[in-house]
Amino acid sequence: MFDWFAQFGNKTIEFFARLGKEVLLFIQTVLAFVPLLLRPALIVQQLFSIGVRSMLLIIVSGFFVGMVLGLQGYNTLVDFGAEESLGVVVALSLVRELGPVVTALLFAGRAGSALTAEIGLMKATEQLSGLEMMAVNPVERILAPRLLAGIISMPLLAAMFSAVGIFGGYLVGVDLLGVDEGAYWSQMQAKVDFDQDIVNGVIKSVVFGIVTTWIAVYEGYTCVPTSEGVSGATTRTVVYSALVVLGLDFLLTALMLE
Amino acid sequence: MSNSRILEISVGIFVAVGVAALLVLAVNVSNVSGFSAGKQYTVTANFDNVSGLKARSAVAIAGVTVGRVVSITVDPMTFEAVVEMTIDSSFNEVPVDSSVGIYTAGLLGEKYVGIEPGGAPDFLEEGGVIRLTQSSIVLEKLISQFLFSQSDNDE
Repeated sequence: MFDWFAQFGNKTIEFFARLGKEVLLFIQTVLAFVPLLLRPALIVQQLFSIGVRSMLLIIVSGFFVGMVLGLQGYNTLVDFGAEESLGVVVALSLVRELGPVVTALLFAGRAGSALTAEIGLMKATEQLSGLEMMAVNPVERILAPRLLAGIISMPLLAAMFSAVGIFGGYLVGVDLLGVDEGAYWSQMQAKVDFDQDIVNGVIKSVVFGIVTTWIAVYEGYTCVPTSEGVSGATTRTVVYSALVVLGLDFLLTALMLE
Repeated sequence: MSNSRILEISVGIFVAVGVAALLVLAVNVSNVSGFSAGKQYTVTANFDNVSGLKARSAVAIAGVTVGRVVSITVDPMTFEAVVEMTIDSSFNEVPVDSSVGIYTAGLLGEKYVGIEPGGAPDFLEEGGVIRLTQSSIVLEKLISQFLFSQSDNDE
Protein backbone atom coordinates (compact mmCIF):
# COMPACT_ATOMS: atom_id res chain seq x y z
CA MET A 1 0.00 0.00 0.00
CA PHE A 2 2.73 2.48 1.01
CA ASP A 3 4.75 1.14 -1.85
CA TRP A 4 2.01 2.22 -4.20
CA PHE A 5 1.91 5.72 -2.69
CA ALA A 6 5.67 6.01 -2.95
CA GLN A 7 5.54 4.97 -6.57
CA PHE A 8 2.74 7.40 -7.32
CA GLY A 9 4.67 10.27 -5.75
CA ASN A 10 7.78 9.27 -7.60
CA LYS A 11 5.94 9.23 -10.92
CA THR A 12 4.47 12.66 -10.23
CA ILE A 13 7.84 14.15 -9.36
CA GLU A 14 9.33 12.50 -12.43
CA PHE A 15 6.62 14.02 -14.61
CA PHE A 16 7.28 17.53 -13.34
CA ALA A 17 11.02 17.02 -13.62
CA ARG A 18 10.62 15.98 -17.25
CA LEU A 19 8.34 18.92 -17.99
CA GLY A 20 10.74 21.36 -16.37
CA LYS A 21 13.70 19.89 -18.21
CA GLU A 22 11.88 20.13 -21.50
CA VAL A 23 10.86 23.77 -20.96
CA LEU A 24 14.39 24.75 -19.88
CA LEU A 25 15.91 23.05 -22.90
CA PHE A 26 13.38 24.78 -25.14
CA ILE A 27 14.30 28.18 -23.72
CA GLN A 28 17.99 27.41 -24.15
CA THR A 29 17.40 26.42 -27.76
CA VAL A 30 15.38 29.53 -28.54
CA LEU A 31 18.05 31.71 -26.92
CA ALA A 32 20.60 29.99 -29.14
CA PHE A 33 18.81 31.43 -32.19
CA VAL A 34 20.65 34.72 -31.63
CA PRO A 35 24.25 33.48 -32.11
CA LEU A 36 22.87 31.29 -34.89
CA LEU A 37 22.08 34.34 -37.01
CA LEU A 38 25.83 34.86 -37.44
CA ARG A 39 26.10 31.45 -39.10
CA PRO A 40 23.29 31.28 -41.67
CA ALA A 41 25.00 28.38 -43.48
CA LEU A 42 23.87 26.05 -40.68
CA ILE A 43 20.24 27.12 -41.16
CA VAL A 44 20.43 26.82 -44.94
CA GLN A 45 21.70 23.27 -44.62
CA GLN A 46 18.83 22.33 -42.31
CA LEU A 47 16.27 24.14 -44.48
CA PHE A 48 17.47 21.86 -47.27
CA SER A 49 17.08 18.60 -45.38
CA ILE A 50 13.87 19.63 -43.57
CA GLY A 51 12.09 21.86 -46.06
CA VAL A 52 13.26 21.15 -49.57
CA ARG A 53 13.16 17.38 -49.14
CA SER A 54 9.56 17.56 -47.84
CA MET A 55 8.41 19.83 -50.65
CA LEU A 56 7.57 17.19 -53.24
CA LEU A 57 5.60 15.09 -50.76
CA ILE A 58 3.62 18.13 -49.59
CA ILE A 59 2.86 19.37 -53.11
CA VAL A 60 1.70 15.98 -54.38
CA SER A 61 -0.44 15.34 -51.27
CA GLY A 62 -1.93 18.82 -51.44
CA PHE A 63 -2.88 18.28 -55.04
CA PHE A 64 -4.71 15.03 -54.29
CA VAL A 65 -6.42 16.41 -51.17
CA GLY A 66 -7.65 19.35 -53.24
CA MET A 67 -8.95 17.04 -55.96
CA VAL A 68 -10.82 14.91 -53.40
CA LEU A 69 -12.33 18.05 -51.84
CA GLY A 70 -13.44 19.15 -55.31
CA LEU A 71 -15.13 15.81 -56.01
CA GLN A 72 -16.79 15.43 -52.61
CA GLY A 73 -17.80 19.07 -52.37
CA TYR A 74 -19.31 19.05 -55.84
CA ASN A 75 -21.42 15.95 -55.18
CA THR A 76 -22.86 17.46 -52.00
CA LEU A 77 -23.34 20.99 -53.31
CA VAL A 78 -24.93 20.01 -56.60
CA ASP A 79 -27.99 18.69 -54.70
CA PHE A 80 -28.70 22.24 -53.57
CA GLY A 81 -27.81 23.79 -56.89
CA ALA A 82 -24.96 25.52 -55.10
CA GLU A 83 -22.02 24.06 -57.00
CA GLU A 84 -20.81 27.63 -57.63
CA SER A 85 -19.73 27.66 -53.98
CA LEU A 86 -17.24 24.86 -54.63
CA GLY A 87 -14.37 27.32 -54.65
CA VAL A 88 -15.33 28.59 -51.19
CA VAL A 89 -15.63 25.09 -49.78
CA VAL A 90 -12.28 23.97 -51.16
CA ALA A 91 -10.42 27.17 -50.24
CA LEU A 92 -11.80 27.52 -46.72
CA SER A 93 -11.30 23.90 -45.72
CA LEU A 94 -7.75 23.95 -47.08
CA VAL A 95 -6.64 27.33 -45.76
CA ARG A 96 -8.25 26.99 -42.33
CA GLU A 97 -7.87 23.33 -41.44
CA LEU A 98 -6.48 20.78 -43.87
CA GLY A 99 -3.53 22.85 -45.04
CA PRO A 100 -1.87 23.34 -41.64
CA VAL A 101 -3.00 20.03 -40.09
CA VAL A 102 -2.24 17.59 -42.91
CA THR A 103 1.02 19.38 -43.66
CA ALA A 104 2.01 19.08 -39.99
CA LEU A 105 1.16 15.36 -39.93
CA LEU A 106 3.12 14.69 -43.13
CA PHE A 107 5.93 16.94 -41.88
CA ALA A 108 6.17 14.96 -38.63
CA GLY A 109 6.33 11.71 -40.59
CA ARG A 110 8.78 12.93 -43.21
CA ALA A 111 11.07 15.41 -41.45
CA GLY A 112 10.35 14.83 -37.76
CA SER A 113 11.18 11.14 -37.73
CA ALA A 114 14.38 11.80 -39.72
CA LEU A 115 15.41 14.49 -37.23
CA THR A 116 14.88 12.21 -34.24
CA ALA A 117 16.76 9.35 -35.84
CA GLU A 118 19.63 11.65 -36.84
CA ILE A 119 20.05 13.26 -33.44
CA GLY A 120 19.45 9.96 -31.64
CA LEU A 121 22.16 8.28 -33.67
CA MET A 122 24.51 11.18 -32.98
CA LYS A 123 23.90 10.56 -29.30
CA ALA A 124 24.26 6.78 -29.61
CA THR A 125 27.58 7.14 -31.43
CA GLU A 126 28.69 9.74 -28.87
CA GLN A 127 29.05 12.52 -31.40
CA LEU A 128 27.14 14.83 -29.08
CA SER A 129 29.59 14.13 -26.24
CA GLY A 130 32.37 14.65 -28.76
CA LEU A 131 31.05 18.11 -29.55
CA GLU A 132 30.90 18.93 -25.86
CA MET A 133 34.50 17.76 -25.45
CA MET A 134 35.49 20.25 -28.15
CA ALA A 135 33.65 22.97 -26.18
CA VAL A 136 30.94 23.20 -28.85
CA ASN A 137 27.50 23.46 -27.29
CA PRO A 138 25.32 20.80 -28.97
CA VAL A 139 22.20 22.86 -28.18
CA GLU A 140 23.57 25.73 -30.25
CA ARG A 141 25.15 23.62 -32.94
CA ILE A 142 22.63 20.78 -33.40
CA LEU A 143 19.24 21.64 -31.87
CA ALA A 144 18.84 25.36 -32.62
CA PRO A 145 19.39 25.29 -36.41
CA ARG A 146 17.02 22.35 -36.79
CA LEU A 147 14.27 23.95 -34.72
CA LEU A 148 14.59 27.27 -36.55
CA ALA A 149 14.57 25.57 -39.95
CA GLY A 150 11.44 23.64 -38.95
CA ILE A 151 9.68 26.82 -37.83
CA ILE A 152 10.55 28.54 -41.12
CA SER A 153 9.64 25.55 -43.28
CA MET A 154 6.21 24.68 -41.88
CA PRO A 155 4.26 27.82 -42.88
CA LEU A 156 5.85 27.79 -46.32
CA LEU A 157 4.99 24.12 -46.81
CA ALA A 158 1.43 24.66 -45.54
CA ALA A 159 0.97 27.59 -47.94
CA MET A 160 2.18 25.41 -50.83
CA PHE A 161 -0.20 22.65 -49.75
CA SER A 162 -3.19 25.01 -49.73
CA ALA A 163 -2.31 26.75 -52.98
CA VAL A 164 -1.73 23.48 -54.85
CA GLY A 165 -4.87 22.01 -53.27
CA ILE A 166 -7.01 24.91 -54.47
CA PHE A 167 -5.60 24.38 -57.94
CA GLY A 168 -6.40 20.63 -57.67
CA GLY A 169 -9.97 21.46 -56.68
CA TYR A 170 -10.13 23.82 -59.65
CA LEU A 171 -8.98 21.09 -62.05
CA VAL A 172 -11.62 18.62 -60.84
CA GLY A 173 -14.44 21.13 -60.28
CA VAL A 174 -14.05 23.35 -63.32
CA ASP A 175 -12.33 21.23 -65.95
CA LEU A 176 -13.87 17.87 -65.12
CA LEU A 177 -17.27 18.57 -63.57
CA GLY A 178 -18.11 21.83 -65.30
CA VAL A 179 -18.44 24.36 -62.48
CA ASP A 180 -18.31 27.89 -63.87
CA GLU A 181 -14.74 29.13 -63.77
CA GLY A 182 -15.62 32.72 -62.87
CA ALA A 183 -17.89 31.61 -60.03
CA TYR A 184 -15.19 29.32 -58.61
CA TRP A 185 -12.73 32.19 -58.18
CA SER A 186 -15.08 35.11 -57.50
CA GLN A 187 -17.07 33.33 -54.78
CA MET A 188 -13.78 32.24 -53.24
CA GLN A 189 -12.47 35.80 -53.22
CA ALA A 190 -15.71 37.15 -51.81
CA LYS A 191 -15.91 34.69 -48.90
CA VAL A 192 -12.29 34.03 -47.92
CA ASP A 193 -11.12 36.77 -45.61
CA PHE A 194 -7.44 37.61 -45.39
CA ASP A 195 -7.30 38.40 -41.66
CA GLN A 196 -9.81 35.80 -40.53
CA ASP A 197 -8.83 32.84 -42.66
CA ILE A 198 -5.40 33.15 -44.23
CA VAL A 199 -3.56 34.80 -41.34
CA ASN A 200 -5.12 32.33 -38.89
CA GLY A 201 -4.02 29.45 -41.12
CA VAL A 202 -0.47 30.80 -41.14
CA ILE A 203 -0.51 31.22 -37.33
CA LYS A 204 -1.65 27.61 -37.00
CA SER A 205 1.09 26.33 -39.28
CA VAL A 206 3.76 28.28 -37.36
CA VAL A 207 2.53 26.80 -34.07
CA PHE A 208 2.49 23.31 -35.57
CA GLY A 209 5.98 23.90 -36.94
CA ILE A 210 7.29 24.77 -33.48
CA VAL A 211 5.53 21.81 -31.85
CA THR A 212 6.39 19.06 -34.34
CA THR A 213 10.01 20.11 -34.78
CA TRP A 214 10.49 20.53 -31.05
CA ILE A 215 9.06 17.09 -30.28
CA ALA A 216 11.34 15.55 -32.91
CA VAL A 217 14.44 17.36 -31.68
CA TYR A 218 13.70 16.71 -28.01
CA GLU A 219 12.96 13.01 -28.46
CA GLY A 220 16.22 12.60 -30.37
CA TYR A 221 18.23 14.56 -27.84
CA THR A 222 16.90 12.67 -24.81
CA CYS A 223 16.59 9.18 -26.27
CA VAL A 224 18.23 6.13 -24.72
CA PRO A 225 21.48 5.87 -26.72
CA THR A 226 20.93 2.36 -28.05
CA SER A 227 19.47 1.10 -31.31
CA GLU A 228 16.18 0.26 -29.54
CA GLY A 229 16.17 3.63 -27.85
CA VAL A 230 16.52 5.43 -31.18
CA SER A 231 13.78 3.39 -32.81
CA GLY A 232 11.46 3.97 -29.84
CA ALA A 233 12.16 7.70 -29.90
CA THR A 234 11.39 7.86 -33.62
CA THR A 235 8.04 6.15 -33.08
CA ARG A 236 7.24 8.46 -30.18
CA THR A 237 8.03 11.50 -32.33
CA VAL A 238 5.43 10.58 -34.93
CA VAL A 239 2.78 9.50 -32.39
CA TYR A 240 3.20 12.51 -30.08
CA SER A 241 3.34 14.95 -32.98
CA ALA A 242 0.12 13.60 -34.47
CA LEU A 243 -1.72 13.72 -31.14
CA VAL A 244 -0.47 17.17 -30.15
CA VAL A 245 -1.16 18.65 -33.59
CA LEU A 246 -4.74 17.37 -33.65
CA GLY A 247 -5.40 18.45 -30.07
CA LEU A 248 -3.85 21.89 -30.55
CA ASP A 249 -5.79 22.31 -33.76
CA PHE A 250 -9.05 22.07 -31.86
CA LEU A 251 -7.83 24.55 -29.25
CA LEU A 252 -6.57 27.04 -31.82
CA THR A 253 -9.73 26.79 -33.91
CA ALA A 254 -11.88 27.37 -30.81
CA LEU A 255 -9.79 30.44 -29.95
CA MET A 256 -9.82 31.83 -33.47
CA LEU A 257 -13.54 31.47 -34.07
CA GLU A 258 -14.08 33.92 -31.19
CA MET B 1 28.84 23.23 -59.53
CA SER B 2 29.83 22.66 -55.94
CA ASN B 3 27.62 20.87 -53.50
CA SER B 4 26.93 23.83 -51.28
CA ARG B 5 25.94 25.92 -54.30
CA ILE B 6 23.25 23.38 -55.28
CA LEU B 7 22.11 23.34 -51.67
CA GLU B 8 21.80 27.11 -51.56
CA ILE B 9 19.95 27.26 -54.87
CA SER B 10 17.45 24.59 -53.87
CA VAL B 11 16.78 26.27 -50.51
CA GLY B 12 16.30 29.55 -52.38
CA ILE B 13 13.78 27.90 -54.70
CA PHE B 14 12.01 26.36 -51.71
CA VAL B 15 11.62 29.68 -49.91
CA ALA B 16 10.59 31.48 -53.11
CA VAL B 17 7.92 28.88 -53.92
CA GLY B 18 6.62 29.05 -50.34
CA VAL B 19 6.38 32.84 -50.36
CA ALA B 20 4.77 32.72 -53.81
CA ALA B 21 2.16 30.28 -52.48
CA LEU B 22 1.42 32.66 -49.60
CA LEU B 23 1.06 35.53 -52.07
CA VAL B 24 -1.31 33.47 -54.23
CA LEU B 25 -3.42 32.76 -51.15
CA ALA B 26 -3.43 36.42 -50.16
CA VAL B 27 -4.13 37.98 -53.54
CA ASN B 28 -5.92 35.36 -55.57
CA VAL B 29 -7.90 33.46 -52.95
CA SER B 30 -8.83 36.09 -50.38
CA ASN B 31 -10.17 39.59 -50.91
CA VAL B 32 -7.19 41.48 -49.57
CA SER B 33 -6.89 43.48 -52.79
CA GLY B 34 -10.57 44.44 -52.60
CA PHE B 35 -11.90 47.67 -51.20
CA SER B 36 -9.61 47.71 -48.21
CA ALA B 37 -6.77 49.09 -50.29
CA GLY B 38 -7.89 52.45 -51.72
CA LYS B 39 -9.10 55.61 -49.99
CA GLN B 40 -12.55 55.46 -48.49
CA TYR B 41 -15.05 57.61 -46.67
CA THR B 42 -17.46 56.55 -43.94
CA VAL B 43 -21.20 57.18 -43.83
CA THR B 44 -23.86 55.92 -41.44
CA ALA B 45 -27.53 55.09 -41.81
CA ASN B 46 -30.20 54.15 -39.24
CA PHE B 47 -32.48 51.22 -39.93
CA ASP B 48 -35.50 49.87 -38.04
CA ASN B 49 -34.32 46.34 -38.77
CA VAL B 50 -31.13 44.97 -40.26
CA SER B 51 -31.71 41.26 -39.68
CA GLY B 52 -29.22 39.23 -41.66
CA LEU B 53 -26.83 42.08 -42.41
CA LYS B 54 -23.32 41.50 -41.10
CA ALA B 55 -20.10 43.46 -40.79
CA ARG B 56 -18.17 43.13 -44.09
CA SER B 57 -21.40 42.80 -46.08
CA ALA B 58 -21.27 44.55 -49.43
CA VAL B 59 -22.52 48.07 -50.12
CA ALA B 60 -23.71 48.39 -53.71
CA ILE B 61 -24.90 51.02 -56.16
CA ALA B 62 -26.88 49.53 -59.04
CA GLY B 63 -25.68 46.09 -57.98
CA VAL B 64 -21.99 47.01 -58.19
CA THR B 65 -20.05 46.68 -54.94
CA VAL B 66 -18.65 50.07 -53.95
CA GLY B 67 -17.90 49.50 -50.27
CA ARG B 68 -18.34 47.39 -47.14
CA VAL B 69 -20.32 47.52 -43.92
CA VAL B 70 -17.89 48.26 -41.08
CA SER B 71 -20.01 47.89 -37.98
CA ILE B 72 -23.60 47.49 -36.85
CA THR B 73 -24.63 48.85 -33.45
CA VAL B 74 -27.87 49.74 -31.72
CA ASP B 75 -28.68 53.36 -30.88
CA PRO B 76 -29.54 53.18 -27.13
CA MET B 77 -32.06 56.06 -27.41
CA THR B 78 -34.09 55.22 -30.49
CA PHE B 79 -33.43 51.47 -30.57
CA GLU B 80 -32.57 51.74 -34.23
CA ALA B 81 -29.72 49.86 -35.82
CA VAL B 82 -26.83 52.14 -36.78
CA VAL B 83 -24.98 50.78 -39.79
CA GLU B 84 -21.56 52.27 -40.43
CA MET B 85 -20.16 51.67 -43.89
CA THR B 86 -17.16 52.71 -45.93
CA ILE B 87 -17.51 53.66 -49.57
CA ASP B 88 -14.64 53.79 -52.02
CA SER B 89 -13.47 57.37 -52.63
CA SER B 90 -13.83 56.97 -56.39
CA PHE B 91 -17.61 57.01 -55.78
CA ASN B 92 -17.59 60.37 -53.99
CA GLU B 93 -20.49 61.92 -55.90
CA VAL B 94 -23.37 60.15 -54.17
CA PRO B 95 -26.17 62.75 -53.60
CA VAL B 96 -27.09 63.45 -49.96
CA ASP B 97 -30.76 62.59 -50.56
CA SER B 98 -29.93 59.05 -51.72
CA SER B 99 -31.87 56.27 -50.05
CA VAL B 100 -30.47 52.99 -48.76
CA GLY B 101 -32.20 49.66 -48.42
CA ILE B 102 -31.22 46.18 -47.30
CA TYR B 103 -31.68 43.64 -50.05
CA THR B 104 -30.92 39.98 -50.58
CA ALA B 105 -28.76 38.69 -53.39
CA GLY B 106 -30.76 35.78 -54.75
CA LEU B 107 -33.39 33.85 -52.81
CA LEU B 108 -31.04 32.49 -50.13
CA GLY B 109 -28.11 34.81 -50.75
CA GLU B 110 -26.27 37.27 -48.59
CA LYS B 111 -27.85 40.52 -47.44
CA TYR B 112 -26.32 43.69 -48.83
CA VAL B 113 -26.89 47.43 -48.56
CA GLY B 114 -28.16 48.94 -51.81
CA ILE B 115 -27.84 52.68 -52.40
CA GLU B 116 -30.46 54.34 -54.65
CA PRO B 117 -28.95 57.67 -55.76
CA GLY B 118 -31.13 60.78 -55.31
CA GLY B 119 -31.01 64.07 -57.17
CA ALA B 120 -29.62 66.64 -54.74
CA PRO B 121 -26.69 68.80 -55.88
CA ASP B 122 -24.74 68.12 -52.65
CA PHE B 123 -22.73 64.94 -52.22
CA LEU B 124 -22.19 62.65 -49.23
CA GLU B 125 -18.94 63.25 -47.36
CA GLU B 126 -16.90 61.63 -44.60
CA GLY B 127 -19.17 61.13 -41.56
CA GLY B 128 -22.33 61.82 -43.55
CA VAL B 129 -25.69 60.32 -42.58
CA ILE B 130 -28.17 58.83 -45.03
CA ARG B 131 -31.70 59.73 -43.86
CA LEU B 132 -33.91 57.72 -46.18
CA THR B 133 -33.69 54.06 -45.22
CA GLN B 134 -35.67 50.96 -45.96
CA SER B 135 -35.38 48.06 -43.55
CA SER B 136 -34.50 44.49 -44.18
CA ILE B 137 -37.49 42.35 -45.09
CA VAL B 138 -38.15 39.78 -42.39
CA LEU B 139 -39.59 36.73 -44.06
CA GLU B 140 -41.60 35.61 -41.00
CA LYS B 141 -43.37 38.97 -40.76
CA LEU B 142 -44.16 38.89 -44.45
CA ILE B 143 -45.61 35.38 -44.25
CA SER B 144 -47.68 36.12 -41.14
CA GLN B 145 -49.00 39.31 -42.76
CA PHE B 146 -49.99 37.33 -45.81
CA LEU B 147 -51.65 34.59 -43.77
CA PHE B 148 -53.62 37.03 -41.59
CA SER B 149 -54.82 39.02 -44.58
CA GLN B 150 -56.00 35.76 -46.16
CA SER B 151 -58.01 34.76 -43.07
CA ASP B 152 -59.52 38.25 -42.87
CA ASN B 153 -60.77 37.89 -46.42
CA ASP B 154 -62.40 34.54 -45.59
CA GLU B 155 -64.62 36.00 -42.88
